[in-house]
Amino acid sequence: MTGAIEIALRARRDAGRKLLVPYVTGGLGPDWVRVVEAVAAAGADAIEVGLPFSDPVMDGPVIQEASQQALAAGATPASILTELSRVDVDVPLVVMTYYNIVFRAGHRRFARSLADQGVSGAIVPDLPLIELDGWGAAADGAGVETILLVAPNTPDATLAQICERSHGWIYGVAVMGVTGERATLASTAATLGRRLKAATDKPVLLGVGVSTPEQAAEAAADADGVIVGSALVRRLLEGAGPDGAAAFVAELRAGLDAL
Amino acid sequence: MTSLMGHPSADGRFGEFGGRFLPESLIPACAELEAAFTDAWADPSFHAEYESVLHHYGGRPTPVTECRNLSAQLGVRLLLKREDLAHTGSHKINNVIGQALLARRMGKTRLIAETGAGQHGVATATAAALLGFECRIYMGAIDVVRQALNVFRMELLGAEVVPVSSGSRTLKDAINETLREWVATVGATHYCLGSVMGPHPYPWMVREFQRIVGTEAQGQCRELLDGEDPDVVVACVGGGSNAAGTFAGFVDTDARLVGVEPAGGAAIGRGIPGVVHGSKSYLLQDEHGQVLEAHSLSAGLDYPGVGPEHAHLAATGRVTYVAADDAEVLDAFSLLARTEGIIPALEPAHALAWVVRAAGTEELPAGCTVMVTLSGRGDKDVAQVAEMLHPRRIVESLM
Ligand SMILES: Cc1ncc(COP(=O)(O)O)c(C=O)c1O
Repeated sequence: MTGAIEIALRARRDAGRKLLVPYVTGGLGPDWVRVVEAVAAAGADAIEVGLPFSDPVMDGPVIQEASQQALAAGATPASILTELSRVDVDVPLVVMTYYNIVFRAGHRRFARSLADQGVSGAIVPDLPLIELDGWGAAADGAGVETILLVAPNTPDATLAQICERSHGWIYGVAVMGVTGERATLASTAATLGRRLKAATDKPVLLGVGVSTPEQAAEAAADADGVIVGSALVRRLLEGAGPDGAAAFVAELRAGLDAL
Repeated sequence: MTSLMGHPSADGRFGEFGGRFLPESLIPACAELEAAFTDAWADPSFHAEYESVLHHYGGRPTPVTECRNLSAQLGVRLLLKREDLAHTGSHKINNVIGQALLARRMGKTRLIAETGAGQHGVATATAAALLGFECRIYMGAIDVVRQALNVFRMELLGAEVVPVSSGSRTLKDAINETLREWVATVGATHYCLGSVMGPHPYPWMVREFQRIVGTEAQGQCRELLDGEDPDVVVACVGGGSNAAGTFAGFVDTDARLVGVEPAGGAAIGRGIPGVVHGSKSYLLQDEHGQVLEAHSLSAGLDYPGVGPEHAHLAATGRVTYVAADDAEVLDAFSLLARTEGIIPALEPAHALAWVVRAAGTEELPAGCTVMVTLSGRGDKDVAQVAEMLHPRRIVESLM
């Protein structure tokens, strides 16, 4: 299946644009829905919305803190999806969450709830290729694109299988580590970007440890674009609000457009 | 004969439980570990080395002690498998020696581990000192306070102890933080996981490294009981490693097997299937799938999940899982000290508490023989218990 995300991202890429996917923690602060809209208007090509989980093992301190704040404020997967259905943006929405949230809801029910609320894709970082079957089939059946992750140490054979099975885009994890800002872009980013570009024609985005416009541009030189999470969420935790978020995303956009 | 506690399926399942639910970056490390363990466990020289270290350094075999005084009081014949007498004071050393030898065989130079009560951390720090690894232990900030003695022991042994202040600040969060570090350092670092949980191959491998408890105990019981097995075999269950090792030695006998969870963290008793820390098992969680905090006076059992093989053993009915609450655990802790001169750790005091409650009832009829795995000694818990039982006295003595 070629879904809405892949079609949209391919079209933009093929028009010569580098892709930018910001991450926003769902339920973080009363105005998080406006943050999503502001980020879309500031030049995002798709938006990742986190459904917070109590035990986010792939996340560093910033997204952990954001998740805890959202949960403490009473956010649930259902409440976030309901609010998302009212978001007015013209780029695809993707949720990022952990597998127990999906498993608890039930594969088919969760997939249907995403489709019903206008969410096009899902990223489940603790569901590796070898455990994908149940969710993968349910997501495919509901027309939800499951974006799979590839790590710098993923063997070539697995990398090829993931590129085959991933929908929407391929998420290259730029660094061996969890989400969080880094002072410099890891050397693994370029190597992984090139390996992925050589293996697939699907959009290849690098994320984790991509924190500044300069790093975004550097990473995008070897890929089709980038995902930026912690650097944006930290600004939100510091009170940036929709305007501050939009300003940062505009900087990232400018960094990519200068390539 | 294939045992009910044999090899998991190729995808690391015990029935429907288990698996490898982890970020893609850790999948190669789990595959490498599975291959290395499979190879080592089939190698007689590895077994010989593991057994030799546990014998000459670890103090094995540990004895089985018949508790004459307490037996008379309870009306059942009570035997204890004395893991409290193993080096470092608990069964945790068995697993750690196995994993450390394996890590050395794999060429790793560094061990990281989570710890709850601190016993697994102490055991890991000990093996690191013995075998020359760098060592870092993650421990929930609440546990750092209630198990302060073990923090100091780990530091004495040369390990770095990192308090974890996220989430519930207990064992669950220490595991999260160790996994986060492992994603970043996986090349040279072995994650020495402390119980029969986590992604495949850990639940299987840790059970195999703890099997020695059950194998020894089964032979020792037969010696004491004229060739018979105990009627009932009991162990406490946090993640479930001392219980899994114990049960592995008795699963193919007629003994009834009982696992005792803490009432405030009874994953099998009150949880539903879920996925955390790399495997599918029973889990305390809310209706949205958020993991709930466990609440137990025992730091080593303060965990909302349980090893996947226990979930399977519960589902098949081969093992019965029950719960003991904090008050009866404190009573059992004091009772064993006064009647037998053995101060147990709070964790196995859960197993004793159930025996005390069940003795003379249908579950443990008068005259039957019961073996309890005394998984560790209580030195680490004495300060905490003193404060709970005699808060005034401690305060006064400090003035
Ligand atoms: C003495 C003792 N027994 C039992 C446990 C619980 O672990 P498991 O359920 O893996 O045996 C611990 C954990 O810290 C312990 O220290």
